[in-house]
Amino acid sequence: MSKESKSGRGISRRQFAQVTAAGAGLLSMPAIVRHAIAQGNAPLKVGVLLPRSGVQAGLGQACQRGADIAEAVLNDLNYGVKIELLNADTESNVDIARTQAEKLINSGANVLTGAFDSGQSAAIAQVAEQRSIPYVINIAAAPQITEQGYKYVFRNFPTAPMLITDALALQKDLFAATGKTPKTAVLMSVNDTFGTAMQNGIKALFPKLQMPYEIVDVISYDPRAKDLSVEVAKAKATKAELVMPVSRLNDAILLVQEMVKQRYEPMGIVNPGAPGMYEQQFYKTLGKYSEFCVSNVPWLNPRSKMTPVLAKRFKEKFPNDLLELNVGFTFEAILIAADAYKRTKSAHPFAMIEALRATKIEDHVMVGGPIAFNSKGQNVNIKSAAVQNLKRQPVVVLPADSAAAKPVFPMPKWGAKSRG
Amino acid sequence: MEFSAFDLFQAVVKGLLTGMVYSLMALGLTVIFGVMRVVNFAHGEMMVVAMYLAVMSFAALGIDPMLALIPIAAILFAFGYGLQRTLINRFINVPEHMQFILMLSVAIILVNVCLVLAGPDAQGVQLDYALDSFEIGELLIDKVRVYAALGAVVISALLYLFFSRTRTGKAIRAAADNHAGALVVGLDVNRLYAITFGIGAACVGAAGALTIMLVQVQPFLAVEYTLLAFTIVIIGGLGSLRGAIAGGLLIGVSEAIAGFLLEPSLKSVFSFGLLILVLLIRPQGLFGKAA
Repeated sequence: MSKESKSGRGISRRQFAQVTAAGAGLLSMPAIVRHAIAQGNAPLKVGVLLPRSGVQAGLGQACQRGADIAEAVLNDLNYGVKIELLNADTESNVDIARTQAEKLINSGANVLTGAFDSGQSAAIAQVAEQRSIPYVINIAAAPQITEQGYKYVFRNFPTAPMLITDALALQKDLFAATGKTPKTAVLMSVNDTFGTAMQNGIKALFPKLQMPYEIVDVISYDPRAKDLSVEVAKAKATKAELVMPVSRLNDAILLVQEMVKQRYEPMGIVNPGAPGMYEQQFYKTLGKYSEFCVSNVPWLNPRSKMTPVLAKRFKEKFPNDLLELNVGFTFEAILIAADAYKRTKSAHPFAMIEALRATKIEDHVMVGGPIAFNSKGQNVNIKSAAVQNLKRQPVVVLPADSAAAKPVFPMPKWGAKSRG
Repeated sequence: MEFSAFDLFQAVVKGLLTGMVYSLMALGLTVIFGVMRVVNFAHGEMMVVAMYLAVMSFAALGIDPMLALIPIAAILFAFGYGLQRTLINRFINVPEHMQFILMLSVAIILVNVCLVLAGPDAQGVQLDYALDSFEIGELLIDKVRVYAALGAVVISALLYLFFSRTRTGKAIRAAADNHAGALVVGLDVNRLYAITFGIGAACVGAAGALTIMLVQVQPFLAVEYTLLAFTIVIIGGLGSLRGAIAGGLLIGVSEAIAGFLLEPSLKSVFSFGLLILVLLIRPQGLFGKAA
């Protein structure tokens, strides 16, 4: 032993053992206890899990923008809650989503949010439940996520049946408003967790909703597909008058590109509640061919008091980007967590989930009633709007009482001058 | 849903055109194996490197991949030549598993270099004619697919002429047929091997430049392309030029037909099903020589 240690200027073997034991004890404590210690005036640590690289990178990055402006918006609204974001990239991969969720919890996240994708969100939900950490889903539609009896999982996004019911009702409204109704449709869907849930939902709900057209074929494909020429050739061969894509971003672009190449001219491309056609990359890549596509999806409510505050901060920080639903729902997920933290004044998971269960946020940014969760952790008050691409912008065209423009249907042909 | 014979014909034409590019990609793999008996596990990675070079030349200089194809093939030739001279040549006479590990290491290094330099996101080129189509009667074929296929046919023909008409090509074939004999008559076998590896790499470089017109690139695509190239050459017969061309066309057409008549999600199931069938019925491949 050195003289320093004996004289007390260094650290003795006993002190070293005590410090090590204390550190090890702290590390080995259940996450729940560590989180309890970490409460008080400390910022709420929000673990944000998003696919910022890989096949869903564009969508994940759009969501991330909503997270990045959340604290500034909450400050503008005088929420009085400090937020610390712990960001993690799921790489568009379910397994990585799971390990990143573990990593964020180990890093001290008080609450998790994300992950845009149903498969990844389902994996994170399992981890959150096992580790007793609240998880607020921003975007994921597979209904089974909130059907597992989870206590720590809350979803502020419609389930696939909710999306489909609203979307198909909006289709009927679109046909009624324009006086044109297609007789046949083809459903083109990704075959991942979300796509499968949507396909099953449409098959189950379609007969009940008495739609005016027949679905002549369902074409499913890998969301990582590099080429959709065969899929579009197959759709064209059906001569369907309406194309209903359940897509992601990259495949939505490929789909329209192939439709142009193969000169497939249906009456319209109207998605039944899926992403891909209102994202900035869609407009950038396709230009005039992005025009007139319709997405029947939950959308930002221009009449909410909170939306202009979000829009102002968004424009300041991302002047070249588009404010769309990925931003809105990711912001709302953090708003929900912050609201619960504000009411309970504790980051303790038990306190947080009690507060989350009691959530009732009247004014928020997305269309629909107050944000509130049912016994399964699902917000059932979200509503969709028909958003049409007009002049390279997503514009609400239905329902009529919140429309900013009239819908255009059937869409002009690919070579039409009206495409600009 | 019923489809007309014309719809099916159109799908077959698309499959043939895609298959031609597949063939060019697989030619590189089969040339290297046919001459040197080295299995290039870094094949897909070389293809991805070529695709990134095409993206970079388009983004920085606006060069069409059809034109960038020549310098990219030259760069890949130099890379392949150098790799063989400095590294692979030392592993020619070692047990095969050591060659496998070596090539896998090269593959991992290449894909990670791409990841570091280009990031994980998909990148592509936006050509002015990307959405144009040729119209022959009722038949519509997109321009980029036709150009890519024509490029692949021209390069395959040049490769055939090189091996059948030039002294170097004939010398490479001689070295492939009888290594000891080639040494006895005074051929510089190591140099011929390096040229062969360079040619294989140049083929995959050209295929990469053509493929970027059809699909976007990301580093992890490499594994899929390596697997696809292996599927094609195993079906066609490892080491056979005719086999690589036939295998590429067969995979391209079968994927198109399976996607069209059955289910697009089943495209790859069909390719691998075909592979298993060939392995069961004719293990040496359609044009391969029995051991």
